[in-house]
Amino acid sequence: GVMMLQLPLVVTAQVDLVLLLVSLLALWTRLSRLSYPNAVVFDEVYYGQFVSLYMKRVFFIDDSGPPLGHLILAFGAYLGGFDGNFVWNRIGAEYPSSVSVWSLRLLPALCGALCVPLVYLLTLELRFSHLSALGAALLLLLENSLIVQSRFMLLESVLIFFVLLAFFSYLRFHNTPSSCFRYGWLILSGASCAAAVGVKYMGVFSYLLLLGVASLHTWNLIGDRGVSHVSPAELCVCVCVCVCLQLSVCVQCVCRVVCLLVVPVLLYVFWFYVHLSLLHRSGPHDQLMSSAFQASLEGGLSRITQGQPLEVAYGSQVTLRSSASQPVPCWLHSHKANYPIRYENGRGSSHQQQVTCYPFKDVNNWWIIKDPGRQELVVSSPPRPVRHGDVIQLVHGMTSRFLNSHDVAAPMSPHAQEVSGYIDFNVSMPTQNLWRVDISNREAESESWKTILSDVRLVHVNTSAVLRMTGVSLPDWGFRQLEVVADKLFKAQSSSLDWTVEEHRYGTSQEQKEREAELHSPTHIDVNRKISFWAKFLEVQWKMLTVKQEDSEHKYSSSPLEWITMETNIAYWLHSSTNAQIHLIGNPVSWGVANLSLLAYQLLAAVYLLRRRRGFKDLPDGVWSQFVCLGCVCVGGWVVNFVPFFLMEKTLFLYHYLPALCYLHLLSPALLEHTHTHLCATHRRVLCVCASAGMLLVVLSYRTFCPLTYGSPELSANQLQGLKWRGSWDILYRRR
Amino acid sequence: MAKEECISQRNKTAGDTSALRNRKVFPSSEKTPSSPLSKGTHSQTAGHHSEDDAQSSNGTSAQCSTRGNNSEEPPSRVLLMLVVGLSFSTRLYKIADPPHVCWDETHFGKMGSYYINRTFFFDVHPPLGKMLIGLAGYMTGYDGTFPFVKPGDKYEHHNYWGMRGFCAVLGSCLPVFAYLIVLELSQSHTAALITATLLIFDTGSITISQYILLDPILMFFIMAAVLSMVKFNQQRYRPFSATWWLWLVLTGVSLAGALGVKFVGLFVILLVGLNTVWDLWRLLGDLSLSLVDITKHLLARVVGLILLPLLLYITIFAIHFVVLNKSGPGDGFFSSAFQSRLIGNNLHNASMPEYLAYGSTITVKNLRIAGGYLHSHWHLYPEGVGAKQQQVTAYLHKDYNNLWLVQRHGENECEKRGILLRKTTRNLHTHLHEAPLTKKHFQVTGYGINGTGDINDLWQVEVCGGQKGDLVKVLRSKVRFLHRATGCVLYSSGKTLPKWGWEQVEVTCSPYLKETPSSQWNIEDHINPKLPNISLSVLKPHFLEILLESHIVMIRGNSGLKPKDNEMNSKPWHWPINYQGLRFSGVNDTDYRVYLLGNPVVWWINLASLGLYVIMVAVASVALQRGFSLGQKRIGMVIDCDSNDSHVLMREGGQLFLGWLLHYAPFYTMGRVLYYHHYFPAMLFNSMLTGITLDVLLKSADLLLRRPYSDWLQRVGLMVLLFSVLYSFYLFHPLSYGMTGPLAHEAGSAMAGLKWMDSWEF
Repeated sequence: GVMMLQLPLVVTAQVDLVLLLVSLLALWTRLSRLSYPNAVVFDEVYYGQFVSLYMKRVFFIDDSGPPLGHLILAFGAYLGGFDGNFVWNRIGAEYPSSVSVWSLRLLPALCGALCVPLVYLLTLELRFSHLSALGAALLLLLENSLIVQSRFMLLESVLIFFVLLAFFSYLRFHNTPSSCFRYGWLILSGASCAAAVGVKYMGVFSYLLLLGVASLHTWNLIGDRGVSHVSPAELCVCVCVCVCLQLSVCVQCVCRVVCLLVVPVLLYVFWFYVHLSLLHRSGPHDQLMSSAFQASLEGGLSRITQGQPLEVAYGSQVTLRSSASQPVPCWLHSHKANYPIRYENGRGSSHQQQVTCYPFKDVNNWWIIKDPGRQELVVSSPPRPVRHGDVIQLVHGMTSRFLNSHDVAAPMSPHAQEVSGYIDFNVSMPTQNLWRVDISNREAESESWKTILSDVRLVHVNTSAVLRMTGVSLPDWGFRQLEVVADKLFKAQSSSLDWTVEEHRYGTSQEQKEREAELHSPTHIDVNRKISFWAKFLEVQWKMLTVKQEDSEHKYSSSPLEWITMETNIAYWLHSSTNAQIHLIGNPVSWGVANLSLLAYQLLAAVYLLRRRRGFKDLPDGVWSQFVCLGCVCVGGWVVNFVPFFLMEKTLFLYHYLPALCYLHLLSPALLEHTHTHLCATHRRVLCVCASAGMLLVVLSYRTFCPLTYGSPELSANQLQGLKWRGSWDILYRRR
Repeated sequence: MAKEECISQRNKTAGDTSALRNRKVFPSSEKTPSSPLSKGTHSQTAGHHSEDDAQSSNGTSAQCSTRGNNSEEPPSRVLLMLVVGLSFSTRLYKIADPPHVCWDETHFGKMGSYYINRTFFFDVHPPLGKMLIGLAGYMTGYDGTFPFVKPGDKYEHHNYWGMRGFCAVLGSCLPVFAYLIVLELSQSHTAALITATLLIFDTGSITISQYILLDPILMFFIMAAVLSMVKFNQQRYRPFSATWWLWLVLTGVSLAGALGVKFVGLFVILLVGLNTVWDLWRLLGDLSLSLVDITKHLLARVVGLILLPLLLYITIFAIHFVVLNKSGPGDGFFSSAFQSRLIGNNLHNASMPEYLAYGSTITVKNLRIAGGYLHSHWHLYPEGVGAKQQQVTAYLHKDYNNLWLVQRHGENECEKRGILLRKTTRNLHTHLHEAPLTKKHFQVTGYGINGTGDINDLWQVEVCGGQKGDLVKVLRSKVRFLHRATGCVLYSSGKTLPKWGWEQVEVTCSPYLKETPSSQWNIEDHINPKLPNISLSVLKPHFLEILLESHIVMIRGNSGLKPKDNEMNSKPWHWPINYQGLRFSGVNDTDYRVYLLGNPVVWWINLASLGLYVIMVAVASVALQRGFSLGQKRIGMVIDCDSNDSHVLMREGGQLFLGWLLHYAPFYTMGRVLYYHHYFPAMLFNSMLTGITLDVLLKSADLLLRRPYSDWLQRVGLMVLLFSVLYSFYLFHPLSYGMTGPLAHEAGSAMAGLKWMDSWEF
């Protein structure tokens, strides 16, 4: 106590100084000359378009991840006064002077810089020394790939920051003795997890690992009975104590569940809330969404559908949109062309008028709802609404053919029935044009058919087959439009069976000519419709997870195994006239160290485990649990962030490996310290020299690759050739 | 029976009782007629709880009541005979109906015939299953002449029943094995009986056992492996005894069998592997064993569970290659060297000009395993994929479009240098466009008309490991084709092109010049009328090379079974809820229809008890961790034995749960096309788990009720369960034994009112 009183300042200041120094260095490496390539660098071209859309408040959906990452990037742009007026179309395009490049890149760079002190603190929380902490911080600081990834408008550094923050605050929570502030750390941890998942779905892996570690700790808490050996005889005595203990254990468990499960989920939804409330205008991604969603956005569909009558009535003129958004959204369509008498494969057809699904707005998408019992095609007054279970006929507006289906094999899906516009050829093929309206999202049995809101199945009365879009393109005779069939089986996904009325008006013209003119005129009346946030959230989330990108190989894509061996790089930017260029290349020495320490840890752990099982306790219990904790966080973190990529079918890039790499950089110095204190009793000095030499090499190789990291100075072709340490690296030379 | 052997052994080695304890002990349950002891009686044995160390550290006595587990009691025999009888009779009933080809019989029957005819074929599964089918057919007088063209073909006079009967007999063993496994694990006849009932009266298991399919054979080996593993585990207190070795070897044999039928067998290997690792870990922790003993244990397992199965597996392939010695439909999948083994193949005892010359017509085969022939056809690359020129691909089958003509460019060249010219008279060509799939490489096309092209049509032939000026030997030289203008090398990436490329394999020009088999080719056919033909004794490939090659071909074939775009295929989540079955035979009213669908009552009970199991384990483990005893109300009884229920639940149930998981979860990650019947192995594990779970649940009735009532509750519960299964079987049996007449949704059908889910198609 006396000692502490004498030297409190020195002790604390020492720690802070190292941390401060490291932080300053990190800020310098990440933030200096941030606006230097004043041009679009690699994936900035991808994220930039979303930033622009945010600035313009235009709705978009990005299947690569939740919106928080884009929001953060957009926030940076907002701070810099970016107005969204820049066309992100080409890597290497110069930014105009109106764009504040520095502010676009500021937040990711800041996150990247803060990772360095975080790693320092995290090592301390893993109960290793300040020297190890410094080592880990230096490894991260001098990692060229992390620097490159941080300095541009990209999301990996943000993700890594939140992941590290989550682990740091959780461990701080775990190590702090009971106090009120303790749960503050836990909430921070939960919030960072939510942020990590919100930036990229990859964050889920780290979140799951953290949950695993936390549930292990909770499990021990449950097992910690406070009272050893409760024999049945003593049971009564202990009851009081037990009840108290049970209660406090229960409270603690509930607290943990709330902080680590409930808070993150709520926050995750909150990101979407912000996203959806910011973006209220219609835009290029409207087509993916349901009609109801589109109608809730300003402009776009809502401009067309505003003021349409709500209830579909007999005589209504409608366009029917398929609820399936795969492969493209489309509308039920027919045109003056018949199915070919014989298909290429020799099968016959009915030779009646084609019915297809057409992905563009067209006057041929209009259909008229007709009551089978009456002749007229206008809405009576008052309108008679169509209800669930009613039987209707559908008349094609432009050709007046009835929607018909019969026992003829469909053109592309021979197991299903053909759907046609009926033409009477007098060949004993009677009309079968009655369809029953089946509202699949009805709330009441007699619900009426509502524009935009109702999902309707059209069930063929004669055969009880259901009208559906198969997603297959017809050949040339069908103008490459999509096939529509009636399918008896309920095999299909439910969404491809549903149809929604999108455009709708009450028909008034009796004559065909008049009607055609009416169909060509736009619809307009005014009403406003809203759907709830939850409906929107669920739809956006569902679309995000199910919309598939076309996975084609990219020039710089790579496979997970190439990441470990550093056989791949990505060229981020090349100066438009000189050889100056930026590459995503790791620091070869520190990658080697990382791989080595990963192997060493596994080997060591295996030896320890086997020996413990045989009764040799090499390590005291405290050290052993520290060692295990290190493995859980670092090796576990590496595994969960690396192994899942082997199962993924999407296009992978080197930067997907960076989170996993950070865990390894955390591991190396800690493992070295462990070796130093517990294994090498004799050769400590050698170890120290090796470690320092290793660090020196790291610094040197960082210096060597600096030109490729910062894009300056420009190197000559020979120097570039010299940097091509691996034959498989693609380093670009400008031919002069 | 193994148990008899144990007992006779026990008599021989009397005195060593501490090592000979019965592993599982139970509070007496009146339910089982086999218990000769009244409740509360327990004979004490001084068995040490080496396996239950966590339990005995609880502070309670490690002593337990042992029920005389006498397997010679008549009821257990009777029950077993009953299970066997019912199982065989349900599976063999109407085995010959329908007398036409059903569903995948068209494949596996055909392949069985190939074995009888000794014709070489290619299939994505290892050969054991089809070999056994062929053998069964051969033994029962089938001559291999039925063509098995498509489902629905009438068998007429052919002896198909032998093959079906063989599969059905193996399928009949499944409930029996399940019964024995559960009995062994839980020592409870109730649990075993529940399991056996579920499986015997499951329409799905019956249907899938009755036809010429690989699944009954596969499941037979899976269950045999699990049974032997369980029996082997039980022998752990008698290591290195004859029975111990017997079960170890049987486990290994069954594993080889399972893997030899389908690659799904890997999952059971994983299960056994995990069990073995756990077992070794336990042994390692037993400080009374010396390291030498542990090494002996380890080696025994390595021999029994790794080397022996591997040897058997290789033997299966050896037999496969020896039996199939005639050329057939599968030739093109394999390398030139392999094909030369097959009688009737054009490479068998081939004779052709030995050295490549200008003007020769050749086929070029990629050296990557199953690399295919360099191929081109009239179709062009589509819009947006490089230049719109003629496609060049690698194609696995022999085809007229694989022929290329070698032309010389200029007269003064001393090296072999030429334009490869195809029969459709376009030159092999490459240029600086991205290849369709491998974006790092260049696109290869067919270009020019009748041999006139441009500078990009020139390819330099280079013999790998040879020197400038070496002659190119047909079949034996590894050759690379270097493009002169860009310096890239002709390469087959192994990626399958989309529909526009007819799902053939991509061919590119790679700028990376590393020598890999993908960039090496050999000349296979060689026709040049000007040169004399020389009979070539091609190097016979080594057996291990053939083995490796056929595996790579199989794996590629398996992953190539992608779902077609417009076909709705079965999703793994459909399976446990019995969402949709498979049509085995017949579609329309008039047909004889068989529909593979699990008995919904059985499947839903399984599903429910899966959930129940998870809940029960969670409750039990929290209770254990917190130190509650589940049997507090029964403190009068021996507490330790009471928690045996939770031990059976957690340990033995855990094994089965793991088995279910291993046979189910991996399907979620598979990209290939999936079918409903893939779930059946998992379903077996699920049924066994159900037996144990429900048994424990019934037994814990006394947590709720006092003694006599709880027993009644148990008995009533069991009866209700068995009768509901039986009644549902009565309702749904036409699914397996054939339906005719109107479909289920029409009135007047035998199945009217039974279409409980819209997705069922009967």
